[in-house]
Amino acid sequence: MAGTKAKQYNKKFLLDLLTEMLKIRRFEEKAAQMYGLKKIGGFCHLYNGQEAVAVGSVAAVDLKRDHILTSYRDHGHALAVGMDPNVVMAELFGKLTGCSRGKGGSMHLFDVERNFLGGNGIVGAQIPIATGVAFASKYRGTGGVALCFFGDGAIHQGAFHESLNLAAVWGLPVIYLVENNHFGMGTAVKRVSSVEDFSVKAAGYDIPGRAVNGMDVLSVYEELSEAVEQARTDSRPCLLDVKTYRYKGHSMSDPAKYRTKQELEKYKEQDPILLLKARMLEDGHLTEQEFKQLDNEMKHVAQAAVEFAEQSAEPPLESIYEDVYT
Amino acid sequence: MADIAIRDALRQALEEEMNRDERVFIMGEEVGEYNGAYKVTRGLLDTFGPGRVLDTPIAELGFTGLGVGAAIAGLRPVVEWMTFNFALLALDQVINNAAKMRHMSGGQLSCPIVCRGPNGPAEYLSSQHSQALQSLLVHVPGLKVVAPATPYDAKGLLKSAIRDDNPVVMLESEMAYAWTGDVPEEEYLVPIGKADVKREGKDVTLIVHSKPLRLALEAAEQLAAMDVDAEVVDLRSLRPLDEETIYRSVRKTNRAVVIDEAWPMASVGSHVAWLISHNCFDELDAQVELVCSEDVPMPYNHTLELAVQPSVEKIVRAVRKVCYIT
Ligand SMILES: Cc1ncc(C[n+]2csc(CCOP(=O)(O)OP(=O)(O)O)c2C)c(N)n1
Ligand SMILES: [Mg+2]
Repeated sequence: MAGTKAKQYNKKFLLDLLTEMLKIRRFEEKAAQMYGLKKIGGFCHLYNGQEAVAVGSVAAVDLKRDHILTSYRDHGHALAVGMDPNVVMAELFGKLTGCSRGKGGSMHLFDVERNFLGGNGIVGAQIPIATGVAFASKYRGTGGVALCFFGDGAIHQGAFHESLNLAAVWGLPVIYLVENNHFGMGTAVKRVSSVEDFSVKAAGYDIPGRAVNGMDVLSVYEELSEAVEQARTDSRPCLLDVKTYRYKGHSMSDPAKYRTKQELEKYKEQDPILLLKARMLEDGHLTEQEFKQLDNEMKHVAQAAVEFAEQSAEPPLESIYEDVYT
Repeated sequence: MADIAIRDALRQALEEEMNRDERVFIMGEEVGEYNGAYKVTRGLLDTFGPGRVLDTPIAELGFTGLGVGAAIAGLRPVVEWMTFNFALLALDQVINNAAKMRHMSGGQLSCPIVCRGPNGPAEYLSSQHSQALQSLLVHVPGLKVVAPATPYDAKGLLKSAIRDDNPVVMLESEMAYAWTGDVPEEEYLVPIGKADVKREGKDVTLIVHSKPLRLALEAAEQLAAMDVDAEVVDLRSLRPLDEETIYRSVRKTNRAVVIDEAWPMASVGSHVAWLISHNCFDELDAQVELVCSEDVPMPYNHTLELAVQPSVEKIVRAVRKVCYIT
């Protein structure tokens, strides 16, 4: 988990990363507010705190040929791949203008045009699916890599182990990225896992495994760039244990009493947005005023998304029979 | 008598059976320290300790299989599935092993395992998290399947299930855990395989199980205002099925409406409707009607998700049809 120097990056690149992370943070805050107002229902899993993982990773792939799959905690990935916040918020509101026409909701964001193959609600289900997407890329010779995000909880599903073995023996270009936020619902990793460093599991499948500092967007970007390059050229899988933290409860209904305030505060000190901001200030890539302005813009983006969602039409009743078969 | 919620009735059953028989233990995701995703197991970890109340990793196939092994080796595991949607991962162990152990061993083995958790639609959860999956389970010889909808039945059936020497699957409902009702102070059991007439009537029989019981009772009230006296038969057990109680009622009322929140094809509802047509043909004054969910995956949008499920209005409409009320 080596530290990085911001110096080698140009201002625009850094500003883009910062913008994306701020966009996600402000979007999630709005989503929480709208949940409180009952505009959004069901399970709503927020991404606050984990922004660097989606943003740093997505910056390292080529969405023209690479694919991304993730779990139900998918708002951050959806925004990072460039989905319109309006369309994402509309989906959370269950509106016709949402990406899944109001059928999928918070847990099932998809954008096939951006090679974003979804939010999956079944813990671990996306792991073999991503493996199959990588298989298809290899089969068709597209040079594409599949980037598969899943939680620390998902790693104990048989699907994870079956997939790694398949990908290793068949030489599939897939990156298995554990978003290790240290908890699966209320369960701390160490209570249910034989090891705390998941990267060691890679050895069992004879593939590369590394731990990554997921609070630092540039570390994530650099590790992923290397992993993507390797997966693409060698057509081999790898496993990355990206350490991060979720600031909110598991979903909106979870008061998160299983962890201490101090632990949360400790991670907030390494907040991915503040970390990048500090570097950019130090390197003269950003002023406090520019940051404020950018932040305000992202608050407006989130607010505009809410307005768009509010004003959008409900799906018509007869649409229940649509999207079931061709 | 005490007026308690279904979740508390279930907990009482677990507590009483764990006190009565030390072979009984409970395991599942979040059942211990978090007190259960739906708080059914609240306090059990404190009372019985981590040796008998076990938090599992997210590995449904693994821990359900472990339960099967423990059961054939002399214990009485209660496996909590966080929801039946996730239990789909465990079905291999339930269908291929739990249900078959006695048969494959020529009667040498028994597998006294109870698998329980919420089944059926909840709210705003879309296709993967809102499914009524009982049809898959009732299909399987070797399993018993129970589906209570009141605190009294929930407690009495869970106690019977734990004492039963066969594998028993118990369907609960997320939406019904807070429903309250009278439960006796003294110990009692509800036998598996006995339906219960929840409301007596002479004009039409409504046959129902699980959470739609409330819809049926409400429909019966509305029908009373229209001078139609409906009898409500709550199946409670789906396998074995209490055919006699169904036929007795239908032979009295000569009309039947079957209600099932599952999809229509190869369901409890369609099977019961066939049984009635087959066994009460001469006594029927109208064709049997089935009120079930639309044959589509659950949409997220709230208006749509309500529209695809059985409702009081749909039940009343079906009753009018079998009573030829225009
Ligand atoms: C197969 C399955 N089992 C259980 C659940 C319920 N569930 C949803 S999220 C979750 C915890 C997952 O934790 P983790 O993989 O660490 O992801 P995180 O929520 O932390 O992002 C559980 C148990 C589910 N959705 N699917
Ligand atoms: Mg986690």
